[in-house]
Amino acid sequence: MRGYLVLRVVAKIIVPFMLLFALYVQFHGDFGPGGGFQAGVIAAAAIIFYALIFGLPAARRVVPDRVVESGIAAGVLVYAGVGVAGLLLGGNYLDYFVLDPDPVSGQHRGIFWVEAGVFITVSSVMLKIFYMFAGRQRKGDDG
Amino acid sequence: MIDGTHLPVLQVVVPLLCAPLIVLVRGGRIGWAIATAASVFFLASSLAILLEVQRVGVISYAIGSWPPPWGIEYRIDAANAFMLVLLGLVASVVAPYAWASVRAEIPRDNHYLFYALYCLALAGLGGIAVTGDAFNLFVFLEISSLASYVLIALDRDRRALLAAYQYLILGTIGATFIVIGVGLLYLMTGTLNLADIASRLGDVRQARPVLAALAFLTVGISLKAALFPLHMWLPGAYAHAPSAVSALLAATATKVSVYVLLRFYFSVFGTTAVFAAMPMGDVLLALSIAAMIVASAAAAFQTDLKRLLAYSSVAQIGYITLGVSFATATGLTGGIVHLFNHGVTKGALFMLVGAIAFRLGSSRIDRMAGLARSMPLTCAGIVVGGLGLIGVPGTAGFVSKWYLVLAAIEAGSWVIAFVVVASSLIAVAYVWRFVEVAYFRPPSEETARLKEPPAALLVPAGVLLAASVYFGVEPSLTLGAAYGAAEALLAGPR
Repeated sequence: MRGYLVLRVVAKIIVPFMLLFALYVQFHGDFGPGGGFQAGVIAAAAIIFYALIFGLPAARRVVPDRVVESGIAAGVLVYAGVGVAGLLLGGNYLDYFVLDPDPVSGQHRGIFWVEAGVFITVSSVMLKIFYMFAGRQRKGDDG
Repeated sequence: MIDGTHLPVLQVVVPLLCAPLIVLVRGGRIGWAIATAASVFFLASSLAILLEVQRVGVISYAIGSWPPPWGIEYRIDAANAFMLVLLGLVASVVAPYAWASVRAEIPRDNHYLFYALYCLALAGLGGIAVTGDAFNLFVFLEISSLASYVLIALDRDRRALLAAYQYLILGTIGATFIVIGVGLLYLMTGTLNLADIASRLGDVRQARPVLAALAFLTVGISLKAALFPLHMWLPGAYAHAPSAVSALLAATATKVSVYVLLRFYFSVFGTTAVFAAMPMGDVLLALSIAAMIVASAAAAFQTDLKRLLAYSSVAQIGYITLGVSFATATGLTGGIVHLFNHGVTKGALFMLVGAIAFRLGSSRIDRMAGLARSMPLTCAGIVVGGLGLIGVPGTAGFVSKWYLVLAAIEAGSWVIAFVVVASSLIAVAYVWRFVEVAYFRPPSEETARLKEPPAALLVPAGVLLAASVYFGVEPSLTLGAAYGAAEALLAGPR
């Protein structure tokens, strides 16, 4: 679809806003609807949109397969790592109270990192699924 | 700092952390090292927990320091501590075995994925065993199941993909039934903590939704446990999976599901509600006997040794649930000790068959003519394991069957005692099929050229086999633990 000037221009304008919106959903998750899962899906959707307009190889240059696969694992590690941090600071597993001298901000801090982990894993998994399906259908084609 | 009080959660968290770590480093060798270390840690930690449980009775661990029933509780008594030891024992023997086996059976690029999934499966199975929360249990069930679907599909054999897909469909149906059951319980009690559900069920124990929950959970868990006639996924999955996966799953996955059934029956619904008010005992009894006879007979007609062992597994699940169906201390002890003994024996057998396939390139029985001359150790091992399946005195299988027969006589049913013995005779028939081909047929050109499998495969299998003989000669350890588990379960809702 690279031949369509309008699509290309619109995509270039929209993609940054999609990513920004993902971050908004991510960080506003504490106060309103949202959170890591939804934000991760929106972020992945931005990349998928990019891939639809500019082709799969272009998207793979922006977010390589290696990064996607590492992201899947890294997000889980971040999530589980928050739990281990609770252990190291003298609490139980996934104990957020001990993450900060003030228990309430400890809870905030804990959920912040957990949601960050969810964001990383969900967006990576979404992209991985897309890459696998898109890559399978037309090998070597730029989509 | 981290000390022994955190072992219940570390039991799950360590393998869970190792899985993404292996994916990040992307190395087959280092993945193997990490997975093996995680398995050994799992075993050590499970033994520490078992000792602690025998000292204090029940360990409760509040995830996130939210006290139960608000937060997720990990609750370990004699029953799940025993399950953890079985898991740890099998995992720490299968992991070293996987080194050579995986290199032969799985494409090189996928090695690190295999070890990551191995850790995930272990974390999931361990999680099912330790958790005291109904929904958490479902989540771990899904983690372990999803990991095992992929582990099965990793084999080079394309039929593995179909087998994994069948398992996926049926496993998902089972999981759906379980989550519906849990949902109904939540609807009636407003809580997901198993102990809390049990205490709140009180007067509504006979209400329709609770009975429906019992039915949904029974069917769902039976599917996961491959209880006859819901076993259709099992033979294909075990026959086509990589050898290390067959050994791990055969020894642990269905056993953990049986544990879940026990937990729901005895600790949540309560013995009277399940066995006196509802005819679950009779239903289980009928299905168990059908499993013992039909699946054993089916095993005797298989042409593939792995598939034969898989059908034998279905039959052995029947023995375990037979013990459960009596709902007496002797019956439960027999069922639980058979859970352990059969796990160890069948794990060893699948590993030995994998070792044969390593050299022969197939597990078809007719290609094993005269194999005992070229692989005397391996074949002798299979015979010893086979004797364990039959239940010959001196093997672990005898101890558990002895208790099952005792329980049947205690329940006043000589017929059932007779059926247990008779079905063991069918086991003689299917074990003999291997013996006849491997020992009494002249070696073919193919088998004459073969050498004994490498020690990297034989030693781990030998360890598990030795354990199965040891627990047959000196059963006080396992029997004591199983009796403790049966008592903890029969004590009813905690």
